[in-house]
Amino acid sequence: MPGSIQSIERAAAILRLLSGRSRRLGVGELAGELGLPKGTVHGILRTLQLVGFVEQDAESGKYQLGAALLHMGSSYLDGNELRTRALNWADSLAARANESVRIGTLHEGQALVVHHVFRPDNSRQALDVGALLPGYATALGKVLLAHNPYATDAVIDAGLSPFTPATMVDADALRAELNEVRVRGWAADVEELVEGEVSLAAPIQDRRGATVGAIGISGPIERLANSEGPRSELISYVRESARAVSRDLGAIPW
Amino acid sequence: MTNRYIASIDQGTASSRCLLFDERGRIVSVAQKEHHQIFPKPGWVEHDPGEIWQNVLEVVQEALAKAQLTLSDIVAVGIANQRETTVVWDRATGEPVQNAINWQDIRTDHLIHELASEAGQDRFRERSGLPLATYFSGPKIRWLLDHIPGLQERAEAGDVLFGTMDAWLIWNLTGRHVTDVTNAGRTMLMNLQTLEWDDVLLDALGVPRAMLPEIRPSAEVYGEATGALAGLPVAGALGDQHAALFGQTCFAPGEAKCTYGTGSFLLLNTGEQPVTSANGLITTVGYKIGDAPPTYALEGSIAVTGALVQWFRDNVGVIGSAPEIETLARTVEDNGGCYFVPAFAGLFAPHWRSDARGVIAGLTGYITKGHLARAVLEATAWQTREVVEAMNSDAGFELKTLRVDGGMTANNLLMQFLADVLDVPVVRPIVAETVSLGAAYAAGVGVGFWPDIESLRENWHKAAEWIPGMDSAVRDKGYRKWRKAVQRTLDWVDDDDDDVTS
Repeated sequence: MPGSIQSIERAAAILRLLSGRSRRLGVGELAGELGLPKGTVHGILRTLQLVGFVEQDAESGKYQLGAALLHMGSSYLDGNELRTRALNWADSLAARANESVRIGTLHEGQALVVHHVFRPDNSRQALDVGALLPGYATALGKVLLAHNPYATDAVIDAGLSPFTPATMVDADALRAELNEVRVRGWAADVEELVEGEVSLAAPIQDRRGATVGAIGISGPIERLANSEGPRSELISYVRESARAVSRDLGAIPW
Repeated sequence: MTNRYIASIDQGTASSRCLLFDERGRIVSVAQKEHHQIFPKPGWVEHDPGEIWQNVLEVVQEALAKAQLTLSDIVAVGIANQRETTVVWDRATGEPVQNAINWQDIRTDHLIHELASEAGQDRFRERSGLPLATYFSGPKIRWLLDHIPGLQERAEAGDVLFGTMDAWLIWNLTGRHVTDVTNAGRTMLMNLQTLEWDDVLLDALGVPRAMLPEIRPSAEVYGEATGALAGLPVAGALGDQHAALFGQTCFAPGEAKCTYGTGSFLLLNTGEQPVTSANGLITTVGYKIGDAPPTYALEGSIAVTGALVQWFRDNVGVIGSAPEIETLARTVEDNGGCYFVPAFAGLFAPHWRSDARGVIAGLTGYITKGHLARAVLEATAWQTREVVEAMNSDAGFELKTLRVDGGMTANNLLMQFLADVLDVPVVRPIVAETVSLGAAYAAGVGVGFWPDIESLRENWHKAAEWIPGMDSAVRDKGYRKWRKAVQRTLDWVDDDDDDVTS
């Protein structure tokens, strides 16, 4: 590769290894993988640490990707900004689906509710903006986790405890489910957080294609699902509104 | 049965939009086009009426195309419009005699002072409901008659016609020269009791009756469109803030809405009789449906609300976008004792003090940008409280709930604080586009698409509700401090400041 800068190539190789399966590696492991002297790898790591692209774990002394890099990759969008940009679409989803709508962002493996539209039936409802929903037991959370393997690892490491008999508590099953969510573009929770309740959600993406949030509906299973599972017209409403918000954020050029 | 829809034209200050609504009041299509803001001199603001008319035709066609609908799917069209903006055009050719004078234009300032010097700012309040101010159309007509050679004679002969944007669009659509009563009420030429042009007001401003449109209800079939929209009944028109009141279904006395934008407009339904304000509010026609008696409203406008957030973003620069102010404000627990009174161009309702200028009061070394962000947001809520208190006092009853719409309703911290300081629930409807919805409702009722206004209430649904939760001692102390801060804005402008402030 003529004209390339060797140290940047090496730094990129280190970052690539740290973004791999193991996530956390020591200097020796990295040096071994790359076939480089430890001193060289250590020097590069120190520079990457200075710019915030890697962090050193205080206990183990091992290295992992830094917050600055993660923010770049996940393309952080202010939750208040997201609410403002999504306001009309969230209203229109609530009106079409006739269910309550929530928009969530990822917060320490959970879905932070940044916007909530009441179900349009004038029943008594309370705003739950600011609430944290479990990432692995809600549709909003599954969409957010599906696009963030680091958060998924952390959630699984912290342990999956059941809220109902239907909650996914098996790590492999959850990983498989999140994989499917990522591929098909929407998530469902069928009585996994609260018995008798279903939620559906789809990802909101920004102009770089990074998932910055999720929008979804929730309600009783009788209204949201039939014998075959979540009702397909509701899934399409949710996905259409997610695409509409994404389009406003510049994600989809058409 | 095929689905049928109502088209709503919102001819606003910045742009013209067309929204299509279904029978349940849900939006099915939106199209928008901005028009040029023309600034011939400092303080002057004009629009090209021809450009606006072309844009309106375009957005209607675009809204239809986006929803894959044709004119035959549309039952009727309604119009909501920027208020007071003044067009005079040639009856024979349809050509405007010059650009429209925008409501924000202050070229009539001297004329207003002349008119007020004899009997004060409230000279026409009893008849028109309005204080003497540069916004209203009558003085703008007078300015045109004074400055365009020969226009007075042509106006007296009925060869040129006046209209606000509703009348300009209805004339172009149908060929009829009519205006809706809520728009007529903003000219300072209409008698608030008779809802007719008032001879005393016409004489005082020297406006010939022959150039004025016929005043009609807000909802009735004004005529059928010809040309590009041929066959479409034009069946509703309301000034934008009146349309928002109607779209929020504030049909009963005591129901009120506030639209939070750059500035904010609070309108309170006061029933079938006009209430003259003793507290500097405007008395206006809320709406009039067909032959039914008119519904009146009190209006309090707040000049600087969203504009203060924009100022904080653009002129101070500690936030990158308006929504980020909430993020910044949430970095602190409270305002730290800091109050921001944005009297950038003086104090308006209910104070009406042009000698005031903005202050940030209560500054100490403890205050951070987070506290300032809080103070910026709280200013909108405290100003609303002042207007609500004036309204409660004028109307003789207490506001029970405030219905809100507009961009700032996306700010949860502000909406909660608003509920806290008003001590009433604040509710946001599921259709945020209340201006367009109101015009659609008027047109739909005008053609019988909806049987009556009560049936429209079924379409109104809460999208969010903020319940007051502030301790009364905290609220009272906050309001006391706010009022002290307001006192500190007064008497700032001196006689020799004119050259720097205007």
